[in-house]
Amino acid sequence: MSTTAVIIGAGPAGMAAAEILVHAGLHPTILDEGDQPGGQIFRKPQAQLQRPLEKLYGFDAARARRVNATFASLRSKIDYRPGTQVWAAGNEILHLIDDSGSSVQAWTHLIVAPGAMDRIAPVRGWTAAGLYSLGGAQIALKAEAAVIGRRVIFAGSGPLLYLVAYQYAEAGVDVAAVLETGHPFAQIARLPALLSGGRLFARGLFYMAALRKRGIPILTGVRLQEVIRDSDDRVTALSFRHRGMEQVESCDAVALGHGLRSETQLADLLDIEFSFDAVQRQWLPKTDQDGRSTASNIYLAGDGLSVRGSEIAEASGRLAASALLHDIGLPAPSKVERDRRTMRSAARFREALEHAFAYPHEEVAALPDDVVVCRCEGLSAGAIRQTVERCGEADINRVKAFCRVGMGRCQGRLCGAAAAEIVAAASGTTIESVGRMRGQAPIKPIPLAELVRSRP
Amino acid sequence: MSATFDIAIIGGGLAGCSTALHARLKGASVILFERGRCGGQASGVNYGGVRQQGRHPAELSLSRRSRTIWGSLQQLIGTDCEFAATGHLKLARTDVDMEDLIAHQALLGEHGIHADILEARDLTRRFPYLSGRYAGGSYCGEDGQANPRLVAPAFAKAARALGVVIRENCKIAVAERAESGFVIRPADGSPAISVRRLINTAGAWGAEVAAMFGDLVKETVMAPNMCVTEPIPPLIGPNLGICGGSIYIRQAAHGSVIFGAGLGVADAQALRARPLAEVTLEAAAAAVEMVPHLRNVLLLRSWTGIEGRMPDGLPVLGASPTVEGLFHAFGFSGHGFQLGPAVGAVLAELSLDGDTRTSISGLAMDRFAPFAVPAP
Repeated sequence: MSTTAVIIGAGPAGMAAAEILVHAGLHPTILDEGDQPGGQIFRKPQAQLQRPLEKLYGFDAARARRVNATFASLRSKIDYRPGTQVWAAGNEILHLIDDSGSSVQAWTHLIVAPGAMDRIAPVRGWTAAGLYSLGGAQIALKAEAAVIGRRVIFAGSGPLLYLVAYQYAEAGVDVAAVLETGHPFAQIARLPALLSGGRLFARGLFYMAALRKRGIPILTGVRLQEVIRDSDDRVTALSFRHRGMEQVESCDAVALGHGLRSETQLADLLDIEFSFDAVQRQWLPKTDQDGRSTASNIYLAGDGLSVRGSEIAEASGRLAASALLHDIGLPAPSKVERDRRTMRSAARFREALEHAFAYPHEEVAALPDDVVVCRCEGLSAGAIRQTVERCGEADINRVKAFCRVGMGRCQGRLCGAAAAEIVAAASGTTIESVGRMRGQAPIKPIPLAELVRSRP
Repeated sequence: MSATFDIAIIGGGLAGCSTALHARLKGASVILFERGRCGGQASGVNYGGVRQQGRHPAELSLSRRSRTIWGSLQQLIGTDCEFAATGHLKLARTDVDMEDLIAHQALLGEHGIHADILEARDLTRRFPYLSGRYAGGSYCGEDGQANPRLVAPAFAKAARALGVVIRENCKIAVAERAESGFVIRPADGSPAISVRRLINTAGAWGAEVAAMFGDLVKETVMAPNMCVTEPIPPLIGPNLGICGGSIYIRQAAHGSVIFGAGLGVADAQALRARPLAEVTLEAAAAAVEMVPHLRNVLLLRSWTGIEGRMPDGLPVLGASPTVEGLFHAFGFSGHGFQLGPAVGAVLAELSLDGDTRTSISGLAMDRFAPFAVPAP
């Protein structure tokens, strides 16, 4: 049987996998939601907004240049399908939708590299106009050369917080403050592991120093209280507690994010088994060290397998492609052992990062009853707790069925993590035992007419 | 806990949970076994249509009785499960279909169910969101819709509150005849239960349970392919159907539009079913054809669940033809949701009183010739 290798995602993982497959003589198909290769990390502006790579990507400019060059060299040897959404998966068939309509793509071997999205910890008032996810704020800047406000507060946790705040400051935006809910420097014991991040860790320090040099306050151990809104539901300020003091900082926009969560719906539809990752507090697809999933001929790579950043994503993409080649009896050109070592040492760094910039799960579990958690369905923390109590339910899918949490347009992507924390706390059980919201096609909402239109 | 009950029920779908409640209300001691969660299979994942219109004559008496219970859910189980009599409009594509609707209207009338026959111009006036390609329709105002996710668990909760023992996540290892009834041995090793009467409401697995007692019928499985959109402002009033089946559409109170057409894939052995993308595409096309406004509405989810199907498309309901004290209700063939509440009332009467005032003679198991089990 001939091999039809399909890669989902043209970010660092998908591109690295493609490069390995092409060098082995395969002609892979790459399906990508983006209009241009590079994923979120190397997302490009539209042509008329083109800026120098140094401006766009900072420290990553050289890698961006290399990714661009790699893609150019591969272009004629891959079937590259930008602007293509995989919306369902069946028996060795992917169901696609793009500008010209719906179509199907058969595969014999599949590399799934769908990436990650923002992880959000809801806070009172977070549905206000002018509040953006951190990733959204970065995409506005990268892809649209637009900013989310004139005076912006960056709140949440994680390395991306400092990077995006820095990028906004560089773009001339008044960054009012960076409010970190974690305690990144409180854990001296983990410092060696953090330092093992080497360049990545150094960059984080650079961004912080650059922000401080501009006089931008960086507060850690912050407890976010409320996004304050005017009568038009627009953000006007953010209130928070820091070292026991209540503070209010005025702004016209807030970028909120607590790290990233893996996109796993596709793995779910492909019947891959999951296991609970206690560090990331998320259910993740199970794989072996090279990315082989529990389903035959399906491999996972990049942040969709586990959030570890773009450099590790490249290594995991090479490993997944090498595993694929091995499984079809071809030699892998990659230095597999080197990539495995990279993955192992990265795991230590990422674990330290997750502890330093932890998801504020205790705060989320204790959100006041009247704070909105599921914005699509307008459900508050209290409504979720009542469902748990009224029905005696601790199963996230049953709670979803009874009160509609996670049933709206975001399909549980935004509210799912927080809802699971609330259900676990309200029922006195662990987040692991409440289970995981099942994925259901379509992977992202699609207008009926788009679905109906067949590709000519 | 006593290990002896008047009644044991196998299967915690809507029919089983309703039986548990109704039997308890008649004073019986009741235990219900469900191998997963109550309402976890077909009862919880169906379309949610609550209609009498369009049913086979053999079901109409049962359906009529069920409608009465649907209207009194609040009093019976303390919640209305989002049941609303939004009406059911059945559309005709052709004049021949219209003749069928007119004939059906007379049949409904015999059971005390009122339906209005509407001509094409009535449709355009009353339901302007419909594409204008229908010859007419039949409108039954007291039919409607409910939220299927809520109903079986709500019946289970009410039954439990009255003292019914509900054992979820509890498979049956053996169910067999004993001297004065039946003995049931749970697979988890818990003590055996003795009962006088046994009720089989095991849905897609009903024929399997029946076969344990030598009642052999052919039951296959089906998985109706369901879809739901994002919420939109109120647009579609009644629950919509069409002559000849295929597409059905309703809009829930919170705004989502729910529609279905065709079948997904079901695996009864693996206890799972999944929607099919190809069928979802066909359903989307049919939905837009019926209600063109849905064109730009977002599809959020598709799903399905396993239902039992009988060769003639009608359920089995009634006493076992061979075993005294055994009663069956399964194989609802994709339209058991509306019937569920009354199925429970009827089974409670049959098992405790020996008779029921509802006409179910057309649903007896012995309408099928016994068949030989093929050698393994």
